[in-house]
Order: sequence, then C-alpha cells, then structure tokens
Amino acid sequence: MTRFGEPIRRWFALAPALFVTGLLFGTSLVYGLGQSFGFLPLIGETSLRLDAYADVLGGSAGREFWPALGFSLWVSGASTFLAAGGALLVAVALSDRRTPARGAEMFALNANLALPHMVWAVALLLLLAQSGLVARIAAALGLISGPSEFPVLVRDRYGLGIILHYVGKEIPFLALIVLAVLRTQGRAYDQVAATLGAGWWQRRLRVTLPLVLPGLAAGALLVFAYVFSAYEVPALLGVRYPRALAVLALDYFLNPDLGRRAEGMAISVVMTLVVVGVAGTARALERKA
Amino acid sequence: MQRLDTGYEQLPTRTARSCSSTVVRLALRAGLYALVIGPIAVLALYAGSSGWFFPEVLPASWSFDPIARQLASPRTREALATSLGVAGAVTLLALLIGLPAARTLGLRRFRGRSLALLLLLLPNLVPLIATGMGLNILFLHLGLAGNALGVILVHLVSALPYAILALLGVFARYDEGYEQQALTLGANPLRVFWHVMLPLAGPGIVVAALFAFLVSWSQYVLTLLIGGGRVITLPMLLFAAVSGGNPATIAALALIFAVPPLVALALTAHALVEGTAPVGQHV
Repeated sequence: MTRFGEPIRRWFALAPALFVTGLLFGTSLVYGLGQSFGFLPLIGETSLRLDAYADVLGGSAGREFWPALGFSLWVSGASTFLAAGGALLVAVALSDRRTPARGAEMFALNANLALPHMVWAVALLLLLAQSGLVARIAAALGLISGPSEFPVLVRDRYGLGIILHYVGKEIPFLALIVLAVLRTQGRAYDQVAATLGAGWWQRRLRVTLPLVLPGLAAGALLVFAYVFSAYEVPALLGVRYPRALAVLALDYFLNPDLGRRAEGMAISVVMTLVVVGVAGTARALERKA
Repeated sequence: MQRLDTGYEQLPTRTARSCSSTVVRLALRAGLYALVIGPIAVLALYAGSSGWFFPEVLPASWSFDPIARQLASPRTREALATSLGVAGAVTLLALLIGLPAARTLGLRRFRGRSLALLLLLLPNLVPLIATGMGLNILFLHLGLAGNALGVILVHLVSALPYAILALLGVFARYDEGYEQQALTLGANPLRVFWHVMLPLAGPGIVVAALFAFLVSWSQYVLTLLIGGGRVITLPMLLFAAVSGGNPATIAALALIFAVPPLVALALTAHALVEGTAPVGQHV
C-alpha cells in the first residue's frame, strides 16, 4: 500500500460503523428533537414551537412530570448508593489475601450481569408478592396470618421493589470494577500498611477505600444514569402513580392523541440532558483517577 | 503435611477480630452466590409447581407441565426463534462492522479519530427510549417498522458501541509486527487474518460477540417501539405474561428466557477470564 492510500483505507474501515451510528442514531436525534418541538409533518405541523416543553414543565402534563422526576431521582439515587456500598463489601471480601477470588466467584459475578433485567424482576415479583415465597415463609413462622398482612414490597408507591432489584443487579457490576482496581494495585499498599502495624479495619478505611473510590464513583454515576433512564423494571415492579420518567414518556409517546407524542418526546429529551450531564461528570472523575 | 512457618501467620493481626471478619466474608460470599442462584431457584420453584396455594411453603406436587407447555406452544417457539434470529444477526453484524472500525481506531492515530470514537460510543449514553422514539417515525417512513430487519437495525445501534468497546481493548495492545512477519514470509492477507489476527484477537472478539448478543437478547423497549407489536421476541411475551398470566406460566417463560444468556456466558467464560473487561450490560 502506498502512503497516499492509507487515509482512504482508514476511513473505508470506519465507514460501515460510522454509517450505522451516524445515520441511524443521528437521524433519531434530529427526528426526536424535532418532534419535541412540535414538528409533526404527519399531521401537518411544520412549525417549531415550545408548547410541549411548556406543558411538561408547567402545564397539565407537569402534574405528572414533576412527581415522576422526583420518583426517578429517588429510585436511581437510592439504588446507586446502596449498590455502591454493597459492591465495596463484596469486593473487599473477594480480594482477601488468604482466599483470593476464585474462578467460580468471578463467574458468579458475570453470570448475574448476563441475566437479563426482566428475569430478575420477574423472580423478585414472584418472591416478594403478598402471596409470594417470602410471605409464605413468614406465615409458616407465624409472623403474619394472611397475605394482606405482608408488607407491599413490589408494586409499591415508594419504589422499594425497583430499588431492591437494582441493588441486587448492580452490586456485581460495581464489584467487578472495584476488584479490577484492587487486582492491579491493591496488594502492595495493603502489605506495606500491614507491615507498619495497621489493623484490618484501619487498612480497609485508609488504604482500600481511597484506592478504589475514583473508579467506584465513576461506575456509580454510570449506574445512576442507567437506572434513571430504564423502562422495563419500573414498568414491571412499579405502580401507576408515581411513575418513573421513562414509563411516563413511553405512555405519552404511544398515546393515540398525536399531540401527546411531542410531550413524550420532550420528557425523553429532558431525561437525555440529565443522563448526559451525569455521564460527563463520570468521565471527568475517571480522567482524574 | 509440612507447613512452612514464616512467623508471619503469628503476627498479632490474626486475632479474634479477624476471625469475626472471616465470618462476615463468608456471609458476603454466600450472598454473592444467592444473587445468582436465587432468582433462578425461585423461577424453577414456581415453574415446577402445580396448584401451589398461599400458606404452603413448598409446592404440594411437582410437575414439568408449565415448562413443557411453554416449549410446546407455537407462540413461545416462534418468539424463541425470532429472539435467537434477531440476536444472532445483531451479533454477526456488530462484529462485521465493529472489527474494522475498532482495529483502525485502536492501531492508528489520525485527525478526526477522537471525534469518530465519540460518535461511535454516543448511542451508549443517550437513553434507549429516546433513540427508539426518534427512530420510530423514520422507520415508519422507510418501511422498516414492524419487521425483523428494522428491529435488527435498531438493536445494532445499541449493541455496536459495546462490541467496539470490547474490541478496542484488544487492539490497544495489539502488535502488528506479527502480521508483517507473516506477510514478509509470503502469507496472503486471508491467511494472515485467519492464522495471525484471529488467534491474537480471539478472546476480545468472543467477548464483543457476547456483549452484542446480550444487548440484543434482553432488549424490550426498542423492539416495542420499532417492532410495533408485530415482531414478537421473548421479552414481549414475558411482559405480556406478567400483566395477565399465572405465576407458573410467567416463571416458565422467564426460565426459558434466562437459559441462552447463561449458556452464552458459559461458552465464553474462558475468553472472559483471559481477556478484558467484565460484562457491561449498561453504560
């Protein structure tokens, strides 16, 4: 190959990928933004207006939007916080000096990640329903006398079922991130601290935590962004009010009233802005790490 | 049974407290396995029961009926075939398109590289629901809504970034010298690809294929928005079952849905350990 041919070959190799992403994803963004501004040539609307945003943020749709925003922030915030704490514990337990993480344990972490979210959500639904397995065990132990006495843990208005789902599902994801950091640089520092007489808890607090915190924080922000915009799990484990933003957006979007489409799209644009902001912060943290 | 006594084991750090932390560690490990086995066990219990009513802690009688019924149902079989076909096509396309792109981005430094990289990874960032809504009208215009091709293309948009990320990890550490040696020794490009590049990049390619498969397999929202209820994959059936079916049916469907990803993971576990990143189902 001549020197002259190299740039052409390069872009030729990139072309299919750029075509798929650029064309499909790019037009999706353009069409999506256009629709949120009321651009719906299908029904003869070709002018750009801010009606949908005004309605979502302050008008009639606002009555549903703000509680949904609060609900989504609460669910993703609580899930992220608890999953990060749990991941830290699991990773520290698995990276222990005397019994390092074995293949089986790494496989278990990955297997949990490979299971689709819907499988987990369905299992949780059956397990924690008021007549589910946990309620039956509680009844057998004499803690409750009937299904109605069992607390509402899934399809509850505080999103407890959704939070529980994501805590269980995201602990392995974050634990693998922490384990990767510990594997590459954990042992030496830990041994130095031990030689200098630091106790087990002291080493965890003063050595392990500062070491893994940047990576864990970046991973946690990604989890937050993912949970914030997810649809399936809040749709399966949530209630009608308050709904998660993604559930609200899709409901509006699929509404037979075409005017609602713009509002659904506007909500998803707001969601995108939140997620991009969070992911940008994660990236900045990763750079620092 | 001779034990090497270094004196290190007798250091005062091994006290009662470290004993209690051993218990905590064991409990955490048990919890970890429960996270994986728990859901499968619950689903198996519900799918293997018949007439299991409230106060009974374990089913009074066991049966394979719910699973056998699902496996015999034409609807489920069709959905299983659709899911496998779509995910298989997405995996193949993601590798075919992602491999040359990741190779170029990993090995070369050129003007526009960061921009291309950003563009290729961007679909990872934007909520899928926004992507799906945006493509909904476009695909209606193009006649791609409501058929498998449209669903494959929209899955590809969200699977491609994962495949490229996994492959980038390989090509960032790839030594082109081996290829040049083979070329110098007279091998043609096809032989170089088959005998040099595939073995070197193999684990990364396998991991990329796993990612792409998993992303497509678990997809619900994009299939709904583009398939318009006419392309019925397993998640669509499962979703419908949850809002109306009985627990045994739901559990049987969920189990059938869970098996292929676990099989795929078991088949690729070797490459996953050898190589690169953990399975990242999101980002």
